[in-house]
Amino acid sequence: MPLDASFVGRTWPAETYEVSLEKIREFAAAIGADDPVHHDRDAARQAGHRDVVAPTTFPVVFTWPATRRVVDDPALGLDFTRVVHRDQSVEVSRPLCAGDVVTSVVAVDDIRDLAGNDVITFRVDVTDADGAAVLTTRATLVGRAEPAGSS
Amino acid sequence: MSALTDASAGDQLEPRTVTITRADLVAYAGASGDLNPIHWNERVAVEVGLPGVIAHGMFTMSLAARYVGDLAGDPAAVVAFSTRFTRPVVVPDDDAGATVELGAKVTDVADDGTRTVSVTATHEGKGVLGKAVATVRPR
Repeated sequence: MPLDASFVGRTWPAETYEVSLEKIREFAAAIGADDPVHHDRDAARQAGHRDVVAPTTFPVVFTWPATRRVVDDPALGLDFTRVVHRDQSVEVSRPLCAGDVVTSVVAVDDIRDLAGNDVITFRVDVTDADGAAVLTTRATLVGRAEPAGSS
Repeated sequence: MSALTDASAGDQLEPRTVTITRADLVAYAGASGDLNPIHWNERVAVEVGLPGVIAHGMFTMSLAARYVGDLAGDPAAVVAFSTRFTRPVVVPDDDAGATVELGAKVTDVADDGTRTVSVTATHEGKGVLGKAVATVRPR
């Protein structure tokens, strides 16, 4: 089923997330990132940071739930059980640290049909409490076509 | 300075082998909040047509980004990372897990020292990350 192309260019209400020392530690431990700047406040400060630094891929913790709200909107027409994550990027404006209260705004950058598969690209712009850019993520999901003959 | 921040365009950096076990996937599921059962439940994975439980693409990307941060000697120097998830990493129900080979090559050095790094990740000889590129900017 083709996706609703009117979603392209839309944005959704901002969501706020407070980055914590313990969540950074938990995420860093889960990916084996043992650099002390992820775990030890003093080490992070000695390295020039305000507080412990989140790993590069940490933002998925809040950008994916924000994106998922749109993915699950029945009006979009995407069947999540058939979704494959095809591409992902993150561009960092400044390190994300414990204590940051960030705001995520989700936008749909692109929707296209690729041989019957639905391809949709989400962008999430993340800003800090002062409104300054922190990072931007992009995720492209593919809703695989139903097998021929199924309804 | 580090292996990466001293490297020139064309330099191949020290590779790394990482292993992914079911326990790693459970820990990542909890830490990331991605509880999709195809990453921890064999029955569900097979039902949707997969060969077995597969690693989160974001977990493999996380290992690759961490590798580049380690090469740079500073995780915060990795200012961009992009990739395509080309093949799933099937993680067996054993203690050995799945093995992923990571590699990195500097493809460009800008005037300000920013390095563009082409990253490879292979599992059983086949690429699992495609067109993976990191941008590393020494602080």
